[in-house]
Amino acid sequence: MNDLIKYAPDLAAGFLVNVELSLVCAVLSLIAGTVLVSLRVAPTPVLRTAAATYINIVRNTPLTLVLAFSALGLSDTLGLSFSKEPSTNAFWLVVLGLSAYTASFVAETLRSGINTVSLGQAEAARAIGLTFFQSLRLIILPQAFRAVIAPMGSVMIAMIKNTTVAIAAGYLAESAFVMRDTFDDTGVSIPIFIGLVLAFMAITLPVGFLTGRLSRRLAVVR
Amino acid sequence: MTEPGGSAPLVKLEGVNKHFGALHVLKDIDLAVERGEVVVVIGPSGGGKSTLCRVINRLETIDSGTIVFDGRELPAEGKALARLRSEVGMVFQSFNLFSHKTILENVTLGPTKVRGISRQQAEQRGMELLERVGIAAQAGKYPAQLSGGQQQRTAIARALAMDPKMILFDEPTSALDPEMVQEVLDVMTALAREGMTMMVVTHEMGFARRAADRVVFVADGQIVEQAPPAEFFTQPSSERARDFLSKILTH
Repeated sequence: MNDLIKYAPDLAAGFLVNVELSLVCAVLSLIAGTVLVSLRVAPTPVLRTAAATYINIVRNTPLTLVLAFSALGLSDTLGLSFSKEPSTNAFWLVVLGLSAYTASFVAETLRSGINTVSLGQAEAARAIGLTFFQSLRLIILPQAFRAVIAPMGSVMIAMIKNTTVAIAAGYLAESAFVMRDTFDDTGVSIPIFIGLVLAFMAITLPVGFLTGRLSRRLAVVR
Repeated sequence: MTEPGGSAPLVKLEGVNKHFGALHVLKDIDLAVERGEVVVVIGPSGGGKSTLCRVINRLETIDSGTIVFDGRELPAEGKALARLRSEVGMVFQSFNLFSHKTILENVTLGPTKVRGISRQQAEQRGMELLERVGIAAQAGKYPAQLSGGQQQRTAIARALAMDPKMILFDEPTSALDPEMVQEVLDVMTALAREGMTMMVVTHEMGFARRAADRVVFVADGQIVEQAPPAEFFTQPSSERARDFLSKILTH
């Protein structure tokens, strides 16, 4: 218990990084996932194939490898740099890798939502003269989103927990790394361990609870 | 702006063929619909009636032949096709109202997003149309809160909101409870009287007699015969049509 109190400020600072990563990645992965699924269902075969290829590759690659590629491949080898400050640069490399990875899950979740929208909705949209992307944006996706709020919550929960493997991109600030670093000094401390678990659950549980409630409230009655 | 096509038929299908896999669902269809004409398409199920209706706004593509709408061949895709569809209203068997939009939003979506009309103008016109089909009081509700007949009348208002040159009705009353059929047919009859060009796939023979200028009898993917309703119902010229009529008119 003393260890937890002693190292609490370090751990809290680390945990704040997890929260920051989560917020930024949630926004970016939802946007990128929506774009991806739009291409994935587009009438143009080239777009569909490109999106399907991306989704299948990224979704089936271990996150640690995606993050390693982000740091070693994109940054070290290809020279992609977000900032001269190494820790800021590493933060954004994690954001890039984790968002790219999560976007593929967002896209697949949304696609299952699109499949719940009846074909007649799309036909009616086309029949009044909406273009494909207009009917996707105005008719199909709004209904698809509402159909998958709860599973999207699960994707977001997974993403929040995935911020703890940021070390794979060489980013050493988040709480799971801080915890292991601390254990090097103190030996394994159960209170620290449990404290961190509770901190994560303080975020992930409400996400699950809220998305569950929202999905019931916003369900489209057909 | 001059009317392209002038006095030529609004729609002209020539040699249209369509297959669903091995099924030859439209066989060398030639059909013209004049401006202001009300054409009722009848025939046995699976005979190609709905497909005939759906190829006109290219919800179904065709394998061969030509379809000319208002003097221009149907565009294959993209913006030009979207523009064509905005000029051809469509009313579906299963209504297909946008379930996440209110009744009024269903009617104003097309005018605002396709035609670029201001929301205020579109809503004013939308309310007029809802008034006309008798559901202005339901404007703020969602489709699932309305009866089938009310939903279908909304769908007609949604089609009218685009000021279409023609409206296609694909079995508009087939999914309705019997007591709601008449309210939808009344709206359609009024439209027909006002000179709207209509193509109606239906099993409602009463409507065909009352409102149609011409009955087109379709069976096995072919137009078997076409005639004014009075003639078609009293003295059909084909054996196929006589057989069909005897089955539906005796009970």
